[in-house]
Amino acid sequence: MPPENFSNIEQQVASLCEAHDCEPHRLLQILIQVQEIYRFIPPEAITSIARHLNLPRVSVEGAAGFYSFLSLEPAGNYRVLFSDNVTDQMVGNQELMRQFCSKLWLEPGKVSEDRLVSAAFTSCTGMCDHGPAALVNGQPLTNLTSDRIDLIADLILGKSPVSNWPSALFEVNDNIRKTGMLLDKPFVSGNAIGAVLARGPDATLAEIKLSRLRGRGGAGYATAEKWTGCRNAPGSMRYIVCNADEGEPGTFKDRVLLNSYADLVFEGMTVGARLLGCAKGLLYLRGEYLFLLEKLEGILKRRREDGLLGHNIFGETGFDFDIEIHVGAGAYICGEESALIESLEGKRGRPRNRPPYPATHGYLDQPTVVNNVETFACAAIIAFRGGKWFGKIGTWQSSGSKILSISGDCARPGIYEYPFGTSVQEILDDCGVDEAYAVQVGGPSGVLISWKELDRRISFEDLPTAGAFTIFKRGRDILQAVRNYADFFAHESCGFCTPCRVGTQLQKKIVDKIANGHGTASDLEELKHLGHLMKTMSHCGLGHTAPNPVLDMLEKFPGAYEQKLRNLSFEPAFDLDAALETARRITGRDDPAAHLP
Amino acid sequence: MNKAITIDGKTLPFEDGQTIMDAALTAGVYIPRLCHNPELKPHGSCKLCVVNANGRNVTSCTMPASDGMVVTNNTPELNEDRKALVQMLFVEGNHICPACEASGNCQLQAAGYYLRMESPHFTHFYPPRRVDASHPDIFLDLNRCILCELCVRASRDIDKKNVFGISGRGIDSHLVVNSESGRLGDTNMAVTDKAAHICPTGAILIKRKGYTIPIGKRTFDQKTLSEFHLGQVKQPEPDGE
Repeated sequence: MPPENFSNIEQQVASLCEAHDCEPHRLLQILIQVQEIYRFIPPEAITSIARHLNLPRVSVEGAAGFYSFLSLEPAGNYRVLFSDNVTDQMVGNQELMRQFCSKLWLEPGKVSEDRLVSAAFTSCTGMCDHGPAALVNGQPLTNLTSDRIDLIADLILGKSPVSNWPSALFEVNDNIRKTGMLLDKPFVSGNAIGAVLARGPDATLAEIKLSRLRGRGGAGYATAEKWTGCRNAPGSMRYIVCNADEGEPGTFKDRVLLNSYADLVFEGMTVGARLLGCAKGLLYLRGEYLFLLEKLEGILKRRREDGLLGHNIFGETGFDFDIEIHVGAGAYICGEESALIESLEGKRGRPRNRPPYPATHGYLDQPTVVNNVETFACAAIIAFRGGKWFGKIGTWQSSGSKILSISGDCARPGIYEYPFGTSVQEILDDCGVDEAYAVQVGGPSGVLISWKELDRRISFEDLPTAGAFTIFKRGRDILQAVRNYADFFAHESCGFCTPCRVGTQLQKKIVDKIANGHGTASDLEELKHLGHLMKTMSHCGLGHTAPNPVLDMLEKFPGAYEQKLRNLSFEPAFDLDAALETARRITGRDDPAAHLP
Repeated sequence: MNKAITIDGKTLPFEDGQTIMDAALTAGVYIPRLCHNPELKPHGSCKLCVVNANGRNVTSCTMPASDGMVVTNNTPELNEDRKALVQMLFVEGNHICPACEASGNCQLQAAGYYLRMESPHFTHFYPPRRVDASHPDIFLDLNRCILCELCVRASRDIDKKNVFGISGRGIDSHLVVNSESGRLGDTNMAVTDKAAHICPTGAILIKRKGYTIPIGKRTFDQKTLSEFHLGQVKQPEPDGE
């Protein structure tokens, strides 16, 4: 680990900014590098960056304060963030965190007094098939056990650089269990680009239309329509953006696509570039997947050398296109396309007011297409094999296949590709589930289904999903799962609009109150009321979907909360005994006399 | 050739580029709001001005009007939801009206009266928030900040100073000022700045002016929020002073 050098912040920051051409759009990338060097963002660095990029200091501080992986306070030479998805909780992440903290004399969320180490929870890191997982200085730790926690604590106490830690701690596998039209055959780079050049852009766009391809990020907008809108919009420059900010808890299929099918994804972006006349592509890689960056940069380099990116691609004069990777820094909201664009521009990831839509006013106010990783993979396959071939798989409204990230209570978690229209029961049979009680389809923003609904099908017309598929066996506490999801939304709300900023907090507090045995019938009514407010008044999809798990539980799993309710119509949220907790902690007391009866 | 929308059955003409809020204001139709001020670029964060347009809820201060749009605004359902939003703003901060200098001039308080809010309803958060008295003429009390960003926009777009910004995320979002110390006194803010007089609550107060107008003779002792906001079109001075 390089020694911290705070004496020459000005010099360090100046050279960093110059390496990014003092371009304000590179602000987030610069902040990420500052965080890597100092393990936090010192106030002097903020002032200096602002001066070099010619931005108001408040804008730099605003961006730095928005992203979870950037810290405005010292966070230790070793910053350990335990993934807190419900699947991590199922396999004991809370106990591991306690063990870690007690071994290192840490308080969760606070840095040790010697500024050596800090530990905290973070939202799902996309390692649900490798849980319990964590990040140390941005690198993924997988399959954590009590023994591994001891080892990690010893490595930290011995001040061993993370790069010297045993590689077994960082092992990430694809876990591909079932392949289909996308994952089946090895793809030969250049095949799709060659097909587009032979057929022409108009005819290829017609093939995409014929395929009835819909976006794989969840919302399911028709890809041909989105691309046509961007193509027809006036602008001096067009951009094609790949959304690899796979933040929905329980989803990890983009991790696998980028690890083993990156050529297919980049080829899809290049196909799009040819159709839309884009000269520049951007891939927004979630901060949790930083470990893929070097590999992806290498693939881009190879593709440039092979004439698949750069000038005169495939020998076609005037076909110029290249792809740049931007890294995120821990913000679920950046999966929302307009927030992602703001983040690409180096700003706080705050969803824009729409209209105008990105197709006409996107990145740098120019026509922009934002699509999911898997959508680009589909586009490449369609360009090569044709729309008719693609459209034969799946259902009429949901053509093609869907890659699912399966985790939770099953024998074989991992990646499964199915034709759209496959039933939940069939999927459960494949991944080895004895007695399913509930399945969260599409992550917390999706649908929580019960054991009575296993004949439902994965499709836009029934169960749309971006890919998360989290299984709960009989005996699992659904209230605990919903509590985890309520925490998640409260943590990830961007804070822009009132209903989501405050509503997600109120929802979390009430779910906590019920889980702690203080809930009453009026709290259930309040949850419905909050759900209505968030769904109808919020600014973007985060607020619209934040009440989904709670409302699904209220409707389908009354057993999960009924026995926890007090038999009263009202109980105050204020808990007198809990209010004494701070005093107990300060005085180090926990005896019966320090508690109220 | 004339384009028009209807709001609650009333037909209102509009010009291209106008939002639903613009069209309503021009015609003297009131849509409740807190973060919008016709002098500044629309923001769309408080969500009080959400209306239903052609069956969909939209934010009227940012949604462009389109010909034939059918809007419902002054309905018991929407006003109930707006009241809940005001209650949310009350409980997420520390708003103690009887002890606040801005009482009677405060738009959040006036919105509570306008929407017939009788209690905060939700559980109070009692967040620890900063106060900053470092500036010789201006007092900053974040306990009362509702994150409308009117000061951010006024300082950026009118004063051309960028004194204010937002940092943090979610419920931890908070106003920051443009100095390394984080103190308002170390910025170039002046008491004559637009940003010093645009706060709808009591988060930005002018020192030594708090009680020059006695309680009982203040803005919202004389008029409702609706009368005040509709008046803003003709005489764009949001502050009583």
